[in-house]
Amino acid sequence: MSFLSIDHLSKHFPSHSGNGKVCIFEDVTVKINKGEFVTVIGHSGCGKSTLLNIIAGLETPTEGGAILNGQEVTGPGLDRMVVFQSFALMPWMTVFENVALAVRSAYPTWSSQEIKAHVQKYITLVGLQGAETKKPTALSGGMKQRVGLARAFSIEPKVLLLDEPFAQIDALTRGVIQEELVQMWNATRNTVFMVTHDVDEAILLSDRIMLMTNGPSARIAEIVDVTIPRPRSRETIIEDEHYYKIRNHIIHFLVRHASHGQADESGEHTERSGPVEINFRDQATNQ
Amino acid sequence: MGIKSTQHPFFISVFFLGIFLFVWHVATISPPFDPTGKTEEELLVLEFNGDIVQTDDGRYVWNPEKEKVKGVPGPMTVAEKAWIELNEAFVIKGTNDHGIAFLVGYTVSRFSVGFLVASGVAILVGIILGLNQMLFRALNPFIQILKPISPLAWMPLLLYTVKDPKWTAILVVFMAAIWPTLATTAFGVNSLRKEYLQVAAILQLSWFKRLYTVILPGAAPTIVNGLRISFGSALVAVVPAEMLLGELGVGYLSWIEWNNLDIAGVIFAILVVGTVGVLLDSGFNKLAGLVTYRE
Ligand SMILES: Nc1ncnc2c1ncn2[C@@H]1O[C@H](COP(=O)(O)OP(=O)(O)OP(=O)(O)O)[C@@H](O)[C@H]1O
Ligand SMILES: [Mg+2]
Repeated sequence: MSFLSIDHLSKHFPSHSGNGKVCIFEDVTVKINKGEFVTVIGHSGCGKSTLLNIIAGLETPTEGGAILNGQEVTGPGLDRMVVFQSFALMPWMTVFENVALAVRSAYPTWSSQEIKAHVQKYITLVGLQGAETKKPTALSGGMKQRVGLARAFSIEPKVLLLDEPFAQIDALTRGVIQEELVQMWNATRNTVFMVTHDVDEAILLSDRIMLMTNGPSARIAEIVDVTIPRPRSRETIIEDEHYYKIRNHIIHFLVRHASHGQADESGEHTERSGPVEINFRDQATNQ
Repeated sequence: MGIKSTQHPFFISVFFLGIFLFVWHVATISPPFDPTGKTEEELLVLEFNGDIVQTDDGRYVWNPEKEKVKGVPGPMTVAEKAWIELNEAFVIKGTNDHGIAFLVGYTVSRFSVGFLVASGVAILVGIILGLNQMLFRALNPFIQILKPISPLAWMPLLLYTVKDPKWTAILVVFMAAIWPTLATTAFGVNSLRKEYLQVAAILQLSWFKRLYTVILPGAAPTIVNGLRISFGSALVAVVPAEMLLGELGVGYLSWIEWNNLDIAGVIFAILVVGTVGVLLDSGFNKLAGLVTYRE
């Protein structure tokens, strides 16, 4: 039994024209192990955020469901914390209060000293000591998302859900925060489900990368095993023999699915088999 | 240079006030009575009518009593009247003749009760509507119809229903204050970034906690804008409500002075209304500054 299992998940939305229904994605089945870092890549609008929100319990599936630790997800909860692309920090609260709001909810029995120490620990972990009393407006995008990460990690959730967390952050800062995220993940070994558009980011961070076809009726077509040993860093990763194979494979996939309906023409869709698992280490030994 | 330029507006204000008072003064001077060219008989008729009076040294001057209601009084006359009124600020001379301090107190408390109760109700209902899209769309047409009705239009109905002019005046303020806050609160809550509510949902905040840690502070800037509009319209409504209902207050003062044909008193009452408005408004702005944030 896997830790987080997404089971024959489908989502329909009422279509814009009115009475009809659009199928965003269908029959998504994935099993994620405890402590695993998985990423979903796909074109804009294919339903990645919708999938993440269903796991978070913020959206309801049309069919199927997500099962965490043997229990079906029926609504949002403290065991699944989301890090938002838009940061979603309360602008009327200071950095400290934003994190403390989460800690207080997760540990209602703690004394205020315990809460304070815990909040401080995570603020320090993301390197924001000294900025505790600042309001989010006074912070750069990178610093805001550090607060978002501190808030998410501070409640020690079973699953961290990251929805394009670094999309609004400049490239230089992004690299730094990605490495901070790896460090935090190494320390906590949370299960992470991330959505991104950035192929390099996905390879740097993930154990497995799920490739999603375009909607409507998107599917997880392939799951790529990132066969690059950890610890990884942005400098060393490009020297790994699998790096360009993985990168090219993903980019080819994305280019192939750049226009709608191509997956169907190739016949992949109609087969209705589960996602193809891609593993370059196996391929190397098979040759 | 920096200091100088910050002083300028004040001096310019004083300058304009000076010009205004001067023009007012000059425009309202009435020329002294000139008896030349008038027969003894004509003068007697004028005196008999009370237009002129004979002084101790035998000269004729305009009757100062009649002067009061002739034309617009000048600034000196108004200042004199203000001086008298302010000296009697805490004196009660009769059932309808309370000192100005009392009148201000009555108006401020009438205004405050109506405004605060209306704001409380409006914010509560606004939040419920803002969180419930369906209810909002169902009730919005009614709000749109009720909103533009002048609060004074309610007065006869309110007076008929509650029978008591004291409560009617407060209800008129209530009616003036409720709609802008209600509409903007519903809008503010409804357009609250949905991520904030999602965070609240993930953190499993109780309904009450969600209300005062996320919804209220999140919608506060919009709510304050609504309150500001409500505040203005309630302030505008309280004066005629007092006049029409005969409830003691600064609005009624202006009416009493008019009935006394004391135009200087009317002008004084207008100035008091303005001053009360400025004081309430600055108090409101202080409160508003506490709850607004920048995105
Ligand atoms: N509440 C909704 N009602 C109707 N359609 C919706 C709703 N939410 C999302 N959709 C549609 O579902 C599709 C998938 O949306 P989603 O936000 O999951 O895409 P995404 O893959 O996260 O895109 P992006 O990469 O741009 O964030 C989009 O076409 C969107 O228009
Ligand atoms: Mg998205």
